[in-house]
Amino acid sequence: MNLLTVKDLRAGIDGKEILKGIDLTVRPGEVHAIMGPNGSGKSTLSQVLAGNPAYHVDGGHVDFHGVDLLALSPEDRSHEGLFLSFQYPVEIPGVSMVNFMRAAVNAKRKYLQEPPLSATEFLKLMRQKRAIVELDNKLASRSVNEGFSGGEKKRNEIFQMAVLEPRLAILDETDSGLDIDALRIVAGGVNKLKTPENATIVITHYQRLLDYIKPDFVHVLYKGRIVKTGGPDLALELEERGYDWIKEPVDD
Amino acid sequence: MAKNLQSTTSTNALDQYLELYSDNREAIDARSAEPLNRLRPRAFEALQGRRLPHRGDEGYEKTSIADMMAPDYGVNITGVNIPVNVAKTFRCDVPNMTTWLGLVINDEFHPASTLQGKLPQGVIFASLRDVARHNRQLVERYYGSVAPLQEVPVALNTLLAQDGVMVYVPRGVKLDKPLQLVNIFSSATPLLAWRRLLIVLEEDSEAQLLICDHTQDSTTPYFSSQVIEVVVGRHARFDYYDIEESSPLTSRHSMLWLRQDEGSNVVVDGMTLTNGSTRNDYHFQLDAPHCETLLAGMAIGSASQHIDNDSQVDHNAPHCHSNQLFKYVLDQQATGAFEGAIKVNPTAPFTEAYQSCRNILASPEARMHTKPQLEIYNDDVKCSHGATTGQLPADQLFYMRTRGIPLEEARTMLMEAFVMDVIDTVRMEALRERLRHLIEKRFKHSFMACSDCQASSSTCRKP
Repeated sequence: MNLLTVKDLRAGIDGKEILKGIDLTVRPGEVHAIMGPNGSGKSTLSQVLAGNPAYHVDGGHVDFHGVDLLALSPEDRSHEGLFLSFQYPVEIPGVSMVNFMRAAVNAKRKYLQEPPLSATEFLKLMRQKRAIVELDNKLASRSVNEGFSGGEKKRNEIFQMAVLEPRLAILDETDSGLDIDALRIVAGGVNKLKTPENATIVITHYQRLLDYIKPDFVHVLYKGRIVKTGGPDLALELEERGYDWIKEPVDD
Repeated sequence: MAKNLQSTTSTNALDQYLELYSDNREAIDARSAEPLNRLRPRAFEALQGRRLPHRGDEGYEKTSIADMMAPDYGVNITGVNIPVNVAKTFRCDVPNMTTWLGLVINDEFHPASTLQGKLPQGVIFASLRDVARHNRQLVERYYGSVAPLQEVPVALNTLLAQDGVMVYVPRGVKLDKPLQLVNIFSSATPLLAWRRLLIVLEEDSEAQLLICDHTQDSTTPYFSSQVIEVVVGRHARFDYYDIEESSPLTSRHSMLWLRQDEGSNVVVDGMTLTNGSTRNDYHFQLDAPHCETLLAGMAIGSASQHIDNDSQVDHNAPHCHSNQLFKYVLDQQATGAFEGAIKVNPTAPFTEAYQSCRNILASPEARMHTKPQLEIYNDDVKCSHGATTGQLPADQLFYMRTRGIPLEEARTMLMEAFVMDVIDTVRMEALRERLRHLIEKRFKHSFMACSDCQASSSTCRKP
């Protein structure tokens, strides 16, 4: 069974259509890369799939392991196993990482009709998952993302992903703002979390991240449509030739 | 005998109170004491031809004291039928914190049994009337010395207040436990209470005062008029924490007038958790060099709560530092107002004075009015002020929801987080913790009355 089936998805913001008919199928165990020039709609796709209320869906359908994804609230999409790693993780002054994660974990458990974790179980879970991305313990008492370095913010995203164990993770420009060491840690974290049952969509500008997270499929998004799909070699070719050879046939 | 006021057809709500005074002068004086009584004729004089502030008057753009005081409240001049047993049974505990406890039931002070004979030598925490009877000079020296009778609500309080609370800390005495005052209304019929606090800290002394405003019966309308006069001596240190958890039918007009001497340090924190309609006035006179002042306020409003804070900080001497921080979170149809003024006089070079008012409107029907003012008559100052009113940040809400946190819970968490820096100004760890807990509860239950205390585990409990 497909994990995610996107059919003719059309969506936009402030009345402006940005996604003009996206078709995408993701099966368990796969890694998909979505590449494309600036403004092609990559981030919009991730925001719409995660349910950002600022965007309007104008048509199409998204099936997520048998569930009508677009009918769900953002929180229920999360509970059903969708995770979005933000390009710009949001700072939340006054809300500590610990309280934030406890609320997230227990909300999911409630949705799945499981009892909340005890304090001890919760702290143990945090400890285990932090290790995956080498996240410092002292960040736990700080406000969510506040005062975190660029690398810490991205590691924090993957840490949250590790805790929530999504079926499908969308990594939106996770490599942006990362130095090579941080990139290695983040990519290493993503690879450790990979199982035959889950899947990942990597949205990126550059081929660099794909050296670390090996995609099975590479899609090129341009002007709100997926205009080309290929294997890992496509990413290398884009790195070498740029996007012009893909844009031209579309623009003509 | 309790005296019930008749509603009046007069357009001036003040007249009914002047009439009350004229008709009952002797009875009013008899239940009070000379240092209070001797100011009444002057207050009466000051009120002639005046009226209570109306909505739209300068400084009262969103709150009408005249309307608040217009209803037919009873005024208990002779002090009968005050259920003293309330003092025995009502407690207001902050876990991990022991206090010197006193209660004001309606307008009358009742020490808790734990208070008797246990205060350090020379420290007074007692009925203002009793102190005035036994230590007339002390009360005469300070009573009416900070709050001016030109202010109509102050003059009216002075005209009719019969008792109150006196706090006196002698030179060099540093209290190792906070004083705690529980103000509580207890009356089966609508009641107006004139409350009065006189607080004097002598040189090099230290004290913390925690005040909790409660209402026992949430189905009866009450009004409190309170004037708080504070004199903080040289190098003294004073904390004033005022938490209002009253009922939707309770109105209050609280007027704090505070004067600071050289090198003194003051924190005033006003927190409105539940109420009906509240107006808090804060007036600070920084009269000598090197004073430090922190004035913080927080208001959580829902249903039809109304909260209006008005501050005036006057810098009259060099090298003083004042900071103001006010935060409101208003949900449903709640309304808020903040008007704050900093005045730096020519006599106050090297002043640092800051003011910040930030507010969240959590519903489309909630309303907030802000008016920050800065008057500077001096070049050598650092001053700033700012006021912002907005909604809960959409990006933060969405981020939390993508992690599975339901919308309502995310909203609550953000509202709690928003007021945390006001809680951080509290210089008592146990109280900070208690406040965090109270605020969490407050946001979870959009309204809690004092009578639900045990169920909602509020600050107070009735065993």
